[in-house]
Amino acid sequence: MARAAGTRNLTMGTRIRLARRRWGIFFQERIEPIFLYGRRNPSLIVGLAMLGALLFFTVIGILVYGQTEPHLAGRAQQSRLDAYVSSGAPVQDKRLPPSWCTWCEDIVEREPDERPSLFQYPMGTDTQSRDLFATNLRGIPLTLGTGLIAGLLSVGIGTVTAFIAAYYRGVPDVLIRLLTDVGISIPGLLILIIIRIQLGTELVWWQLGAGLAAVGWVFSSRTVRSQVLVLREQPYVEIARQSGMSGLAIIFREMMPNLIPYITASFVGSVAGSILASIGLEALGLGDFSSPSLGMTVYWVIQFGAITLGMWWWWLFPLVFIVIIFVSLFLISAGLDEWSNPRLRRQA
Amino acid sequence: MVTRTNARRNPALNSRPNPVVAFVVAFFGNFIVQRFLLFLLTIWVAATVIFMLPRLTGQDPVKEKLLLEAQRGGSVQAGMNEMAKEYSARLGLDLPLHVQYVNYLSDLSRLQFGYSIAYFPRTVNEIIADSIIWSLGLMTVTLSLAFVLGTGAGALLGWSRSPGWLSYAFMPLLTLSAIPQYMLGLVLMFIFAIILNLLPFFGAYSPGNLPEWSLSFVLDMLKHAILPALSILFSAVGFWAIGMRGMMINTQGEDFMVQADAKGLNGARIFVRYAIRNALLPQVTGLAISFGTLLTGAVLVEVLFQYPGLGNTLFYAIRVSDFFQITGIVMTIIISLSLATMVIDLVYPLIDPRVKYSQN
Amino acid sequence: MVTTEQDARPDVASNADDYALRVEGLKVYYGTPRGLVKAVDDVSFNLRPGERFALVGESGSGKSTLAMAIMRLTREPGHIAGGHIYLGDRDLVEMEEKEIRSIRLSEMALVPQGAMNSLNPVMRVGDQIIDGIMDHVPPGEGTPNRTQLNTRIHDLLVRVGLDPTVSRLHPHELSGGMKQRVAMAIAISLNPHIIVADEPTSALDVVVQRQIMQTLGRLQEGLDAAVLLVGHDMGLVAQFADTIGVMYAGKLVEVGSVPDVFKDPKHPYTKLLIQSLPSFDISRQFVGIPGMQPALLNLPPGCAFNPRCPSVHERCFREVPEYLNLDVGRGVACHLFDEEAAN
Ligand SMILES: Nc1ncnc2c1ncn2[C@@H]1O[C@H](COP(=O)(O)OP(=O)(O)OP(=O)(O)O)[C@@H](O)[C@H]1O
Ligand code: SF4
Ligand SMILES: [Mg+2]
Repeated sequence: MARAAGTRNLTMGTRIRLARRRWGIFFQERIEPIFLYGRRNPSLIVGLAMLGALLFFTVIGILVYGQTEPHLAGRAQQSRLDAYVSSGAPVQDKRLPPSWCTWCEDIVEREPDERPSLFQYPMGTDTQSRDLFATNLRGIPLTLGTGLIAGLLSVGIGTVTAFIAAYYRGVPDVLIRLLTDVGISIPGLLILIIIRIQLGTELVWWQLGAGLAAVGWVFSSRTVRSQVLVLREQPYVEIARQSGMSGLAIIFREMMPNLIPYITASFVGSVAGSILASIGLEALGLGDFSSPSLGMTVYWVIQFGAITLGMWWWWLFPLVFIVIIFVSLFLISAGLDEWSNPRLRRQA
Repeated sequence: MVTRTNARRNPALNSRPNPVVAFVVAFFGNFIVQRFLLFLLTIWVAATVIFMLPRLTGQDPVKEKLLLEAQRGGSVQAGMNEMAKEYSARLGLDLPLHVQYVNYLSDLSRLQFGYSIAYFPRTVNEIIADSIIWSLGLMTVTLSLAFVLGTGAGALLGWSRSPGWLSYAFMPLLTLSAIPQYMLGLVLMFIFAIILNLLPFFGAYSPGNLPEWSLSFVLDMLKHAILPALSILFSAVGFWAIGMRGMMINTQGEDFMVQADAKGLNGARIFVRYAIRNALLPQVTGLAISFGTLLTGAVLVEVLFQYPGLGNTLFYAIRVSDFFQITGIVMTIIISLSLATMVIDLVYPLIDPRVKYSQN
Repeated sequence: MVTTEQDARPDVASNADDYALRVEGLKVYYGTPRGLVKAVDDVSFNLRPGERFALVGESGSGKSTLAMAIMRLTREPGHIAGGHIYLGDRDLVEMEEKEIRSIRLSEMALVPQGAMNSLNPVMRVGDQIIDGIMDHVPPGEGTPNRTQLNTRIHDLLVRVGLDPTVSRLHPHELSGGMKQRVAMAIAISLNPHIIVADEPTSALDVVVQRQIMQTLGRLQEGLDAAVLLVGHDMGLVAQFADTIGVMYAGKLVEVGSVPDVFKDPKHPYTKLLIQSLPSFDISRQFVGIPGMQPALLNLPPGCAFNPRCPSVHERCFREVPEYLNLDVGRGVACHLFDEEAAN
């Protein structure tokens, strides 16, 4: 109170100086360490930057492309972004290479004047004359979204079960441990194949994510549980327990801060694993056929033999996006490892 | 495990050690027995999940599919009606659940997966027997080679006294490990089969060639296996190399590594007997965990190259919704995988003295 | 009781070769993202053959860094930034890696910290004793055969007070004290002239600590090797050592024989250390000194001890005190004494 009253009487200059100092301290204590840390942990920064760049590209692409007029007559399109709506495909735009690729030869014969303008099809078209740029722009968020849903759910379920197991010990622990041991040795993809086949319906992106989490949570559970077991024996947790702190309070106030690196790493790992599995499932023909996700593009590429047709643009661009996603997630998780296990830093 | 808790709780059992109880405790406390029980449990859980799923929805897509196939008529489909009847009688939803379940498990325990819907009257077992040889050949060779090469590369990459230029290999390996195997397959196929036209890009041998033990056939077969094998190999080598590199860096931070230097041991001995020997242990544990992911990746490579193994067969079974075939193949993969991981777990105590078979 | 006997100490060592080890102006720095940490800064001292030299100081004062540098085991991000370590007339700092390897264990051996996992967990104890011997076989000689090796293992284990069957066990089957004995067996396996022991008894219980120190003493007498002992516990160290060196913030601030230092401590820091010990017989950790050791990254200007020093005066804020030799094997780094010497 006294301090607040005190500040009211200060001159403008002093206030600015005080504020600057406060922000200076804030910068020194909060912001600077991040940069200092970034220099020590380049994989984390590079990974985040790669992922950020991909997201930036997608968002900008969607915003710009969403404003453009559809240029294919006879399709139920709002904008060029809706290229995936495939009814009434006109024939002449089939199998176009990227239109900036002036040295690429057309696969389907066409009149010279029909050649589209330089940026009409930045990533070419497929055998159904769908604009692959639009397809990829739509596909990246779909694929990332599936991974995100799966990752969030996996880590959520994994963390809760890990706490139940580690905290209550006894029967719940044994059951959860058995379940994770069993779950880890069964490839989730195979179970998902069965689920998908037996359900008989196509799974949209978030359902796919939920399905992946249903088989993928065991990995998070295992990672987190082993860390909770270590933490449980720490003196400060013991002190908290003896001073009568409640179970939940111990978990959230004492253990959580130390678990964050592991939970984050487990999250990134399960996002990557889920995306890998989702693309696999889609490539096997078990995806959502009306969805332009990256995995479905891979499926169509294999189905239509894009490689033998020489349509490199059909598979190369999604491949690049997939590689960017996996490499960036890998770098991020390597960086998180370094964060939780400083020994690795030595040779980063 | 359960037995031991009981023994502790029950004073009567504690005071007079009963030889039968002692045997049971020792038996179930045994690492090998426990591991085998986990193996059975894994297969049982997988089988039960597969059994329960369609029953939860209350529909019987299998029966519908069978009847649909039967309606098509034709000579082959004649037996389809019989099959539909038999399915309903043994496993159909009309029966009480427990009867279906027992029938299902008893079939499974004899590894009988029934008839294929698509290739009736062939059985699923016959189809699996035809294709599993190709998969086994492709995967055992590539996956074990990848483990050896990747672990070796990772050991060198993580070794602080390796020549500096080696670190340039890290980024490519990392990228390789991050690319799904089938994506790598796409690239390899494009480069070697389409652009360079050097290697065949589908099948396990040239069409028109019949499998036989002649030199030309074996060469043809190897030629066909190169691209799928390389796709699996590259990506898996990267995977193991990255893991091993991390373990090597960890191990070099251990006190016993400082002590090994302090003993003035020669570099090669420290590298092999101290660093690699210890860094390898988590790598082997990782082998058991990552097997599934690597294997499912390899399944997709088969699809890409139309390599006639289990994966490709699974793909075609999925396309025609051949439920029995799908279940059969999935169970086969799960069983082989569980078997492999069990073997790894059982071998592990031989290389890590801290883990003992007779442990509690 | 302090074991030092006045007559056991050789007289003035006039010739450089009379020392087992001479450290001159040694600097070991760690390059960290926040700056250069001068963990050992311009340290000089001598070790006579058969001398027991104890290095004491607060945690973080650079004792381990110094001990490891003497073995040339400094690891990234650390590096030896200057100075010399003479073993006879050879300078270890300049030496090739290959040569230093042959010297380790055969001429100077390290007994690691007691709590550390300094044994390879996947090798049998016996094999870990042998491999050092095997890698130091002189080029001309043939490698010893299995029986010879077994006798040597047997002999070494008995000398450190272990049952010879221990050789067939793995490290995880040993207690902390047993592991430390195995480490000592390895250290003496090639009869080195110098043994560097970095807190060999930390994290062991008090009874075991004493036993280990006694064993170390016995071995030292048997080999007549010089021992550089790093320790926290001034009481325990005093009972073992002939000479004591006190480190503060990367510098050696006082050296002297144990009776001299305890009777007449020169440096204010040493005085405080000794005052904080209630009596000789009760071992005490350093607890009773007011203030904290400054972070090595931003040391105060002048003498690093100035924020805590009771005798601090104006000059201490301006100049870093030089290390001053008062007598043979006796020296101090404090302005109180260079002024005295100047007068
Ligand atoms: N790897 C490293 N990187 C950066 N600084 C280090 C490193 N190792 C040690 N230091 C710094 O060097 C200084 C001396 O450390 P050292 O381990 O030699 O102290 P010590 O006297 O042995 O302490 P203790 O009694 O706790 O073992 C410390 O301030 C420490 O912060
Ligand atoms: S130099 Fe000054 S501050 Fe440092 S110890 Fe001596 S008297 Fe104290
Ligand atoms: Mg130390």
